[in-house]
Amino acid sequence: MSSRRSRSSRHSGGSRISEDQINDLVSKLQQLLPELRNRSSDKVSAARVLQDTCNYIRSLHREVDDLSDRLSELLETSDTTQAALIRSLLMQ
Amino acid sequence: MEPMVVEMSSTVISNPVTSSNRVISRRKKIKKSLRNQTQSSNNNNNNNSDNTPSSTTTEWKTQAQQQVYSSKLLKALREVRISPPAPTAPKGGRAVREVADRVLAVTAKGRSRWSRAILTNRLKLKFMKKHAKRQKVAASCTTSRITRKPRVGILKLKTKNLPAFQKKARVLGRLVPGCRKQPLPVILDEATDYIAALEMQIRAMSALADLLSGASTSSTTTASQPPPS
Repeated sequence: MSSRRSRSSRHSGGSRISEDQINDLVSKLQQLLPELRNRSSDKVSAARVLQDTCNYIRSLHREVDDLSDRLSELLETSDTTQAALIRSLLMQ
Repeated sequence: MEPMVVEMSSTVISNPVTSSNRVISRRKKIKKSLRNQTQSSNNNNNNNSDNTPSSTTTEWKTQAQQQVYSSKLLKALREVRISPPAPTAPKGGRAVREVADRVLAVTAKGRSRWSRAILTNRLKLKFMKKHAKRQKVAASCTTSRITRKPRVGILKLKTKNLPAFQKKARVLGRLVPGCRKQPLPVILDEATDYIAALEMQIRAMSALADLLSGASTSSTTTASQPPPS
């Protein structure tokens, strides 16, 4: 990131971060989103990418919560199978 | 980390009304532990950042990283269940979620701001409930001193002046841990790493859950079935 400081924006003086750098980061983010990664980056606005990122992170959080609930239930009931579990994990 | 923890708890118990000395010494302890964690990783980042900015992001997709996370998670979960939880600790799914997030932050090896934020938040909640405001100031001082990133005005950029864009950027900053007051490029960078890490966390936890549910059903079936002759 420190190398990009040399790239100056059209507005000289104040901002050290250029528009290109922001667009670069936004397109990188777009590649991670399942909805938008197939669309070309000129057809997707940066605001749309941000909105979808927020929604995606929220849905990931929800999924982790569901998984932790499921795991806590499973851990309560399966103390005896821990040896089998560890063995199968090591063999993967 | 253990001795630091014991010291802090004793100071909180003995002197609930803290003097400025206590706050300063606690600030130094946080700084020390953070610096130890991040010093080597910062050196690595400086070497890699020019050539492969997304190297840490792609690491989350590797099977090796998932294995590391799974084994650490399993170990942490077993420890939580063996020792009885403290009266203030949450029960059930919430406890598992907190353990999973903590192990995820540890697996990140302190290379990203969100992982450091998760770990320092945990420390703050445990020992410094009464002095949360002062600790927030201390934490923000330490992180800015460690990373030394410049504060940049977002409003100077052309098309990103729109209030809708600013609002969405703020929302995103609140979603990613540790990025509430960070400038836009930092938020975007942290978000890419955080999403990759979350996806890995989900893969690992669902594999673990399948294993646990599969193991419990298979053990009952093998018990009932007679061995093949």
